[in-house]
Amino acid sequence: MTADRRPRFATVWLGGCSGCHMSFLDLDERLLELAARADVVYSPIADAKEFPEDVDVTLVEGAVANADHLEAIRKVRANTRVLLAFGDCAVTGNVTALRNLVPLDQVLATAGYPELEAPVPKLLPRVLPVHKVVAVDAFLPGCPPSADQIWAAVTALLDGRPVPPGARFG
Amino acid sequence: MTLPTPTLTLTIDGELHSARPGATLLEAIREAGVALPTLCELPGLSSVGACRLCLVEVAGRPRPIAACVAAAEEGMEVRTDTEKLRLFRRTTVELLLAERNHVCAVCVMNGHCELQDLAAAHGVDHVEVEYLSPPDLRVDASHPRFAIDHNRCVLCTRCVRACAEVEGAHTWDVAGRGGASRVVTDMALPWGESITCTSCGKCVQACPTGALFEKGATVAEMVKHRERLRFLTAARQEGRWLLELEQPPSSRAERGASTTAGVGGRRDARDSSSPGLPGMAGPTKGSP
Repeated sequence: MTADRRPRFATVWLGGCSGCHMSFLDLDERLLELAARADVVYSPIADAKEFPEDVDVTLVEGAVANADHLEAIRKVRANTRVLLAFGDCAVTGNVTALRNLVPLDQVLATAGYPELEAPVPKLLPRVLPVHKVVAVDAFLPGCPPSADQIWAAVTALLDGRPVPPGARFG
Repeated sequence: MTLPTPTLTLTIDGELHSARPGATLLEAIREAGVALPTLCELPGLSSVGACRLCLVEVAGRPRPIAACVAAAEEGMEVRTDTEKLRLFRRTTVELLLAERNHVCAVCVMNGHCELQDLAAAHGVDHVEVEYLSPPDLRVDASHPRFAIDHNRCVLCTRCVRACAEVEGAHTWDVAGRGGASRVVTDMALPWGESITCTSCGKCVQACPTGALFEKGATVAEMVKHRERLRFLTAARQEGRWLLELEQPPSSRAERGASTTAGVGGRRDARDSSSPGLPGMAGPTKGSP
């Protein structure tokens, strides 16, 4: 972190169920502590439309499943110093990637979801974990990770320490 | 006069330890109090060296060896925890996770799985190798009580050995080669059509992952045993507890034919081979 200003913190929601963000909200009163320690500059729970520049720590929930995710994660990576793959969908693809077992045209046919033009984002041929698309600096598996694990990871990253080991898949 | 028991002496991680002649290297290492990860090993079954997690380095050997299928030898100098071995173990766990479709979040064994435990214990917080995502792995739920999801099988063959060596049925075996290997029942028949399976369930208990599981443990598999309500109705309306109604223990068929059969909540109440049970609303699914 640059010493001359408060750390800038963000969270992003790609192809996931938002359960990791629900678990993030389970930080409860520690959210106030986080707000005291860092500027939360972008998040599904913050009022910001564009992912800003010069972010120190970003938590990314969800796999990369469609064209919008792809565009978003590239911008997030370009503007973030330390990127955490946050939860099993970001880390492994998890439930979001179950469709990889079926060819995309069959997925669309089965779901009754025709390939529309905008505003529906195009699905990628395969759902990818975040680290298969951009460089990832740290991983926090879990479906979802517990609030305690999230807090341990967030405080470590804000302090410039590695994420404590021991988190499990599932 | 008894002769003193001969022992071997070997060096494990720089310390001298003794071992029984005939012991495997894995046994010698564990008896020395040194932890070594395993997955295909299960006490009571033969060792096959399938999972490669118990690899150790032995001075003078060009490459690591699987301790479970190596004999402890006099004078061996063994290393169990080098940087190279730690990398090999992490990679092995990653390869196991990448080979088939392991989705812990929706698995019956989530939180109790040996593969999941190994990943956490060895710092596997993501998988660097490519997921193969094989699309052709099936679930065989043809057995009345058990099912196999090949997506979660790691080919440890614990089921094969438990069935062949303990139950003596040898229903399970491995067909195919390499990545195309599958555990199969009988001559690759559906499990429910196996004529050798005794339905003992040892394979299910031996399986380290959620590949082999008892039915009734996944989404939409709950079967209500309405007949058990008779516990309550008999007690409330007739003032009798079913203990009074229960016949003396006898053969399963006789219990099945009695009016109280299945009321005690035995798991096999929905086994379709049970005779018809008076007063039971189920089971109907799968009954002949």
